[in-house]
Parts: sequence; structure tokens; C-alpha cells
Amino acid sequence: MSSLARSATLRDAIGLGLAVGLYGAAFGAAADAAGLDVWQAMAMSVLMFTGASQFALVGVLGAGGSAPAAIGSALLLGTRNTVYGVRLVPLLRPRGAPVRAATAHWVIDETTALALAAPDRRLARLAFVAGGATIYLTWNATTVAGALGAAALGETARAGLDAVVPAAFLALLWPRLRRSFPGAEVQRRVALGGAVVALALTPVAPPGVQVLAAAVAVVLAGRPGRRRPGRRDAPDPEPGPGEGRS
Amino acid sequence: MSGTALWAVVLAASLGCYLLKLAGLSVPAAWVDQPWVARVVDVVPAALLAALVVVQAATAGNDVVLDGRLVGLAVAAVALAFRAPFIVVLLLAGLAGAGVAVLSG
Repeated sequence: MSSLARSATLRDAIGLGLAVGLYGAAFGAAADAAGLDVWQAMAMSVLMFTGASQFALVGVLGAGGSAPAAIGSALLLGTRNTVYGVRLVPLLRPRGAPVRAATAHWVIDETTALALAAPDRRLARLAFVAGGATIYLTWNATTVAGALGAAALGETARAGLDAVVPAAFLALLWPRLRRSFPGAEVQRRVALGGAVVALALTPVAPPGVQVLAAAVAVVLAGRPGRRRPGRRDAPDPEPGPGEGRS
Repeated sequence: MSGTALWAVVLAASLGCYLLKLAGLSVPAAWVDQPWVARVVDVVPAALLAALVVVQAATAGNDVVLDGRLVGLAVAAVALAFRAPFIVVLLLAGLAGAGVAVLSG
């Protein structure tokens, strides 16, 4: 492989890793706002390491949600990574159980996008490893910073933090609603449906359950077997482990 | 939720998410290339995130509550429409939320 292609791959991977750091700080702050301590926030970034699921879990807990609702939301979003793994196997060819087990931990939106975008298989592996390492380190470091920073806030600043959390979810959702997103029309209908179901269930459902119910309702509302025009095999290369912006 | 219960949630969800990742590398592709999997993967993020936006911005427990969070959300939406960077969106929303808290005493 040319050294030019190699350094371009490394540059993309490291640049993306650094950009993702901001989302780690937002996650750390959201975890604190939801009542998790710094160790629990850290454990999530170390062990779960998939941004969307992490955000969803603290979002449901922050709303007073039960353990099953929180875990269910995280797992629903985690199904994306299963599909990514299937796409990555031919590229990365992880051989042997230990390699496969280690590779699996870094299968997220960003590393998948980096590996799929690489021009050949060797560069795909390089992109996956370099991107995975950079994002893993940055995401974990900024999680700690965000959680400690939020824990140190005074009362007025906490009111600000309460407003930051829904804004963070909106920022994660926003790219899916843009016209340039594949199947944006479907995504907009889905988002509206999810919001309406969640709001309608709020007075009657146990707190947090309306979030999970909204996702389940929207999935069930889709016609079985219909292939949506907006279906993507590869995620956006932006930002936040696993969640990307989704 | 107690600290122990929170730890149980954190660890159980982490294990589950890891197993979902591992499954993608381990099971035959045909198992995963199912219409229902594609449907879940395609629509769940938007539905879940939109639900979380609403719940985080406008509810407390079983009540719909309108406060500074909603003002922050509106500010964030405007900032996003102008393609402001993530950090700017969050800072503006936080300032708006804190501002409302100060004004309303």
C-alpha cells in the first residue's frame, strides 16, 4: 500500500476520533444528570462503548425509567452494530476467538464507516484499528471530563445542564432529518411518530417506558418485509461511538 | 434507583450490547440479513431519539412540564438549522436553560 494512502487513512481515523470526543463529554454530563456516578459513566464508556446506546440508557434513567426500559432501549440501538459486524467480516477477517472477541468491542458506527470507506482490505484493517483506538481513548477520556465537570456544577448551571441533555438528543437526531439523508422522508415520519407516541404515553406509562414503547410502536407500524428506500448499509462517519449521530 | 441497581443496569446493558456486536462477527450473514433486522436498524434510532427529545425536554415523571428546557431545545433547533457545531448547540441550549432558571427565580 502506498504511504500516501496509509497516512490519509490514519489522518481520517484520528481526526474522526478527536471529533467524537465532544460527544463523550456530552455523554459524561448526561450520565451525571441522570444520577449515575463518575465510575458508572466510565464503566459504560469502557464496557458498552457504543454512543447511541449509552445516550439512550442514561436518557431513560434520567426520565425515571425502570431497568428493563433502560436496558431495552440500549439493546434496540445496539442491533445496528450486529449488522455492521456482518459487513465487516469479509474486510477484517478476524481469525480465532480471541481476535474476534477483541474486534467486536470496537464495532461501532464510526469504525464501520472508516473501514468500509478504505480503498482496500489492508487499509480497511488499519482504518478500523486506528479509528477504534483513537475513538476509544478519546471517548473514555472525555466521558470522565464531562461527568466530573457536570458533577461540579452549581444550581443555576444544573438548570442549564437540564436543557443541554434534550438538546444533545436533538443534535444526534438532526442529521437523520436533513433532506440529504437517505430516506429522510421516512426518518421524519418515524421521528414524529416516536415523539407523538412518547408524549401521549407519558401520563399513563411508567416513566421511561414511553421511550421504549415509542420505538417498538414505530417498528411495528412499518410493513413487514418492505425494503425502505432509505435503508443504509453503512453509517455516517460522524460522530459519537455507536451512535454516531443517530 | 439504588447504586447497586444502577450498576446492574450498566453491566447488563453493556454485556448485551457487546454480545450484539460479537454476534455480527460470529453468526452466518444470512441470519442477520433479515427484513426485520433491517427495519429495526433503519427506524429505531430516529424513533428512540425523538422520544428521548420529547421526554427529556417536556416531561417530569408522568407530567408534561414546560420550563427552561423547552426554551433551550428551541434555541438548539435554531442553531442546528444554521448548521452550528455540536458544542455551540449545546452551549446555547445550556445558556438558554440557565437564563430561564435565573429569570424565573
